[in-house]
Amino acid sequence: MPIKVENLSKIFGKKTKEATRLLDEGYSKEEVLEKTGCTVGVNRATFEVEEGEIFVIMGLSGSGKSTLVRLLNRLIEPTEGSVEIDGQNLATMNKENLREIRRTKMSMVFQKFALFPFRTVLDNAEFGLEVQGIEKEERTQKAKEALDLVGLGGYANQYPSQLSGGMQQRVGLARALTNDPEVLLMDEAFSALDPLIRKDMQDELLDLQETMKKTIVFITHDLDEALRIGDRIALMKDGSIVQVGTPEEILINPANDYVEKFVEDVDRSKVLTADKIMKRPETVDYDKHGPRVALERMREQGLSSIFVTDRSRNLKGYVTAEDARKAREEGVSQLSSIMKDDMPTVDLDTSIQDIFNVIHDAPVPVVVTEDGKLRGVIVRGAVIAALADGNEVNGDGA
Amino acid sequence: MVLDNIPYIPVADGVDWFVDKITDWFSFVFDPIKDGFGWLLDNSADYLAMVPPIFIIILVAILAFFLSGKKFGLAAFTIVGLIFVQNQGLWEELMFTFTLVFYASLISVLVGIPVGILMSKSKLAESIITPVLDFMQTMPAFVYLIPAVAFFGIGMVPGVFASFIFATPPVVRFTNLGIRQVSKELVEASDAFGATGNQKLFKVELPMAKRTIMAGVNQTVMLSLSMVVIASMIGAPGLGREVLSALQRADAGPGFVAGFGIVILAIIIDRFTQNLNKEK
Ligand SMILES: Nc1ncnc2c1ncn2[C@@H]1O[C@H](COP(=O)(O)OP(=O)(O)OP(=O)(O)O)[C@@H](O)[C@H]1O
Ligand SMILES: [Mg+2]
Repeated sequence: MPIKVENLSKIFGKKTKEATRLLDEGYSKEEVLEKTGCTVGVNRATFEVEEGEIFVIMGLSGSGKSTLVRLLNRLIEPTEGSVEIDGQNLATMNKENLREIRRTKMSMVFQKFALFPFRTVLDNAEFGLEVQGIEKEERTQKAKEALDLVGLGGYANQYPSQLSGGMQQRVGLARALTNDPEVLLMDEAFSALDPLIRKDMQDELLDLQETMKKTIVFITHDLDEALRIGDRIALMKDGSIVQVGTPEEILINPANDYVEKFVEDVDRSKVLTADKIMKRPETVDYDKHGPRVALERMREQGLSSIFVTDRSRNLKGYVTAEDARKAREEGVSQLSSIMKDDMPTVDLDTSIQDIFNVIHDAPVPVVVTEDGKLRGVIVRGAVIAALADGNEVNGDGA
Repeated sequence: MVLDNIPYIPVADGVDWFVDKITDWFSFVFDPIKDGFGWLLDNSADYLAMVPPIFIIILVAILAFFLSGKKFGLAAFTIVGLIFVQNQGLWEELMFTFTLVFYASLISVLVGIPVGILMSKSKLAESIITPVLDFMQTMPAFVYLIPAVAFFGIGMVPGVFASFIFATPPVVRFTNLGIRQVSKELVEASDAFGATGNQKLFKVELPMAKRTIMAGVNQTVMLSLSMVVIASMIGAPGLGREVLSALQRADAGPGFVAGFGIVILAIIIDRFTQNLNKEK
């Protein structure tokens, strides 16, 4: 468990004791400010970040994200609580140990890049090793590796001001990676970039993470970004963490009105996947059943078509009510002769956006399969409902 | 009147007493300074005056050429200006004035920058030093001449001392300002990577503050120059003394010429320190 945070608080101001007491009595951040003049930065945050995950901390402006991330490397002194990194409590350790941890275990990437303008790209990347007193040769080599990793190998001798914003932040990332830290702290690292570059950087971070497997604490105020890159997301409000969960948990079960509101305007089509909106399919058995049974089932359920599977639920195809009626009149008893197989098929994790595109002119509901086995069906209405509003999308499938 | 009932407070006597006592108590400090530093100043100025002017003029012109980014303007001005001073028979005076300004501003900078750093690191230091600097700068410069004479007699040394007090505040203030202006994120970055206080100062803060500090140095040097002229009143040799004696004789011509020499020196020094700052 690389990072374990317990009851971590930061109160800005003089009367921190009184402010803490008021918070415990249930007063809000605003009331505490009014009564004591203290600003609640972070209020009793408790969470754990697991090894190798991207843990996103999200919240509106002023909710305490920057304060929280700076408490993790003690750029800000905590008022209360503990931050454990590999079992060592950062909040109480002495200056030397803290410096050692900052040098070897955690690095930070900043919103406005915070590059040293009078140093070249290479010298910027070397900074972390330089303060550790590492030999020039070794640190140059490591810094170059990190620059190559972020695709800036050719810019080593440029100055930051000669690079675009996206490139500057790559330098920021390279500087953080040169130390080969366990933990990367990223405070709104991509917020200053324009949207397209920002997407690129997100993708690149995910690519890098595939091989690096760092523990990343990523701050953002942008839910889309959180959903894209987060393995888990913590939502902050007024200094408190109001919910921690996977992107889907947050979207589908908002812990309270605040989270729901936050989540409301996210483009659900990007995050909801087939398995979230599919329904239990009506089927007939290829070997056991004939047109008669199929027709009966369809009438019971008010369907115009039904899917056909074998005994182990491998999808074979579908029959329509019309074909089944004809077959019955003609006395055909096998489904195989009237079965069609031009149904659109998607996977469990296909996004709603993509489903929407195929469902448009499909003759039957979209089927969701896993290794060829039928798992569920999606009707047009469910997709539209999910695109419009996610609250009622939970099907009874899966 | 009520106010008349307040007995006269003998501040002036107090200061007199204080200066006397300081002179007595610290004569073991002042005397060696007076002798040693006086010797250094005299010799520096003498040696400088012995160098043929043409060498100095060429040297300064070459420096001017490169410092100003290989442009001819400053170099040309330097040549014309210095030849004018030589032509007016003021070369030796110029060398004396330059020596005084050089040492006075060197001491100001050597003391001022560390004090500025201290101020930037400590709120307490800042709140104590700021009013002292205000006092040093607003007190009429002539006033410093009096204790300067008491401590160091007459000549160049008290001139340097008075100039030090008068000219140090800008470099202190600008150093403090420059370091405090370093963006919070850069300071955080150096902390986050585990830099020590000294590493932060030398690898981040001072390089970032360099331009601001150099602007302070420029002001300090210019103030030293203006003080060096005043210091001629306590016997410091140089162009200032020429101005002073012309004033005493109500002789406009020589006064103007010597004054012009000071202006030339001022412009050269100013452009030099400014161009040092522009260098990347
Ligand atoms: N140095 C400080 N002194 C006093 N109050 C502070 C300080 N730093 C932050 N705060 C307060 O703490 C609260 C949390 O601030 P913080 O910067 O952590 O928010 P944030 O979530 O990062 O916001 P943003 O998205 O705008 O960056 C705010 O109310 C802020 O005013
Ligand atoms: Mg912030």
